[in-house]
Amino acid sequence: MQLGLSDWLQLFLSGFSTGCIYALIGLGIIITYSVARVINMAQGEFVMLGAMLTVTFVRALGVGTGLAAAMAVLAVALIGLAVYRLTILPLRRATEVTVLLATIGTGIAIRGLAHVAWGTTPRPLPPFVAAAPIRLAGAALSWQRIWVVACTAAALALLYSFFQGTLLGKAILACSVNRNAAELLGIPARSMGALAYLMSAALGATAGVVIAPLTLASYDMGLALGLKGFVVAVMGGFTSMPGAVVSGILLGTLESYAAGLVSGGLKDALAFLVLLVVLLARTVRLPSLLVRPRRSEA
Amino acid sequence: MNRPSAAFAAFTLVLLVSLVGCAAAPSPTSAPGVATPTAQAAGTVYKVGFIASVTGAAAALGEPERNVALMWQQKLDVAGGIVGPDGVRHPVQIIIHDTQGSSDLAVTLTKRLISDDGVVAIIGPSTSPESMAILPIIEEAGVPLISMASSSAIVKPAAERRWSFKTAASNEHTAPLQVEYAKAKGITRIANIYVNNAYGEDGAVAIRKAAADAGLEIVYEDTFEADDTDMSAQITKIKASGAQAVLVTAIPPAAAVFTMQCRELGLDLPVIHNHGIGNKAFIEQAGAQNAEGVVFPMSKLVAYQSLPDDDPQKPVLTQFVSEYQAFAKQPPSSFAGHAWDALAIVTEALKRLPEGLPLAEQRSRLRDEIEATKGLVGIDGIFTFTPEDHVGLSYKDMVLMRITNGDWEYLPREKW
Repeated sequence: MQLGLSDWLQLFLSGFSTGCIYALIGLGIIITYSVARVINMAQGEFVMLGAMLTVTFVRALGVGTGLAAAMAVLAVALIGLAVYRLTILPLRRATEVTVLLATIGTGIAIRGLAHVAWGTTPRPLPPFVAAAPIRLAGAALSWQRIWVVACTAAALALLYSFFQGTLLGKAILACSVNRNAAELLGIPARSMGALAYLMSAALGATAGVVIAPLTLASYDMGLALGLKGFVVAVMGGFTSMPGAVVSGILLGTLESYAAGLVSGGLKDALAFLVLLVVLLARTVRLPSLLVRPRRSEA
Repeated sequence: MNRPSAAFAAFTLVLLVSLVGCAAAPSPTSAPGVATPTAQAAGTVYKVGFIASVTGAAAALGEPERNVALMWQQKLDVAGGIVGPDGVRHPVQIIIHDTQGSSDLAVTLTKRLISDDGVVAIIGPSTSPESMAILPIIEEAGVPLISMASSSAIVKPAAERRWSFKTAASNEHTAPLQVEYAKAKGITRIANIYVNNAYGEDGAVAIRKAAADAGLEIVYEDTFEADDTDMSAQITKIKASGAQAVLVTAIPPAAAVFTMQCRELGLDLPVIHNHGIGNKAFIEQAGAQNAEGVVFPMSKLVAYQSLPDDDPQKPVLTQFVSEYQAFAKQPPSSFAGHAWDALAIVTEALKRLPEGLPLAEQRSRLRDEIEATKGLVGIDGIFTFTPEDHVGLSYKDMVLMRITNGDWEYLPREKW
């Protein structure tokens, strides 16, 4: 079968928008890591909670999708704060491996609770705009995918102006660069960690809200998406936010072309192949990050 | 205190007499629903094991199946059991157990039914994994099994599956109908897309064969994962392949996501699903708008009222629905139909079993009689078993449904 130009474009558009989702999730992981020194393996569950809560608010309260989405993002941000307070803060003197395991446990717990609360039936969320897809040189682009890209762009713009334009944002950045020095300057690192958790939970929830109409919302959607986010964070060197955005879009596009040019079964395999290659190339010295004792926080 | 003692003595006497009376009667105490033999000489009590996933993850399958078993026992009791070819009347006792959807429990229950209860046949379990788990046991013990699950591995390869039968239709029965519909629409090139697991693979193989038989060309074939959230790459390739229709083998949610994204990417080809979407949750998940026009095969049960009056299954279906409705206070699902058919097949075969055989002989004769079932009009279709075919159905037992305005609509051949 010969793929024409419009098919290549179609694969790119799909991959790009999926990549935006990966980027949002990866960004969340990077923010918590760089500020609170936590590799949060439960990031995918924030994505799930964002999607499931939006569906629930729409159904139970009868509010519009926009309001439900805003409420869900807010709720998940608060859940993120609670997770930090309950599972990360008590472990501030533990090794990074302990904390990593705690986040895996948290993820399983959240998924289990969601299973009990919502059951296993996937739920649909209507698209934000119910209009026919745009035709673009033979390729179709749905409004929901435009929303995905727009929301990602808006989130990035907000993050950028927050980190560059506000004192609080600069304080967070300072913590991520050198926590001890930041504390000496009077920046409360612990609060910054809480704030980082709140922000990444909100980012994850946003990803969940915008992707739900394209797929379906289900209690177990977080695991696969969280792993993709992890791959993106590793590709981005675990500290570089622009790196994460580029990596996310790159991964989404690569997956799309792998599935389109070779086989649908290759998609998930590719993400983890990329992870292996990146790790082997030592772009990030993950093992050393894991075993190094956490820097003192008190 | 004299009068109460006298009353007590009288009461004791009555109780004793009734107890003795019971003991003398032909044992109706052993289990509820043992038929009391009438005038004819009482033959052996035939015990049939019935295991279903009444609770647990597959309760949606097992509960209606159990209802049918209870219903069937009532019918047998009212009729006073069955009469063999030699005129001997046999009570039939259905021993029902709950597997809770667990293969381990299904194995334990099967062993117990075979060695402790001495059943002549086993019906069930509800799911394919449980059925596969008990196959070695029934084969070794030489006990006929009629499974209510759907995987064709339960009865194939025929040479190794001497003792097992099943009543649910397989993909090999649905694929010819899907292909025939496409052909009737003037379609010559199709895409064959399926979920990457045993069910999808089985469906894809059946479609390949049916397409080859019908002379349709498969121009594109690919898989997606059961938990995939983005299938746009596959859909893009379907578009590029020049296919005129998409044949899909998947169950929700993946089937729903695929259908949604077909519409999202503006793929306006006919989408022909398999019976895996025979659950209204599919319409809800995909959205009524996206599911509009999707065509898929189902057993005749879903459309029994719309069938022509000369359809041989119509009276049986009508009777089944009204009896089930009266018993369970809700309409029957297709799973209830699988149980009805299994019970009907075993009951009819038992009627051809002569009195006086030892248990092992009863079991193997019963197996032969089940295999000799011909033209039995059931719920899932008209069953004719052969040594090579232990499902006994054909694609003619299926009908096509179309999703219209968020609901199922029977699509008779005239409307293709």
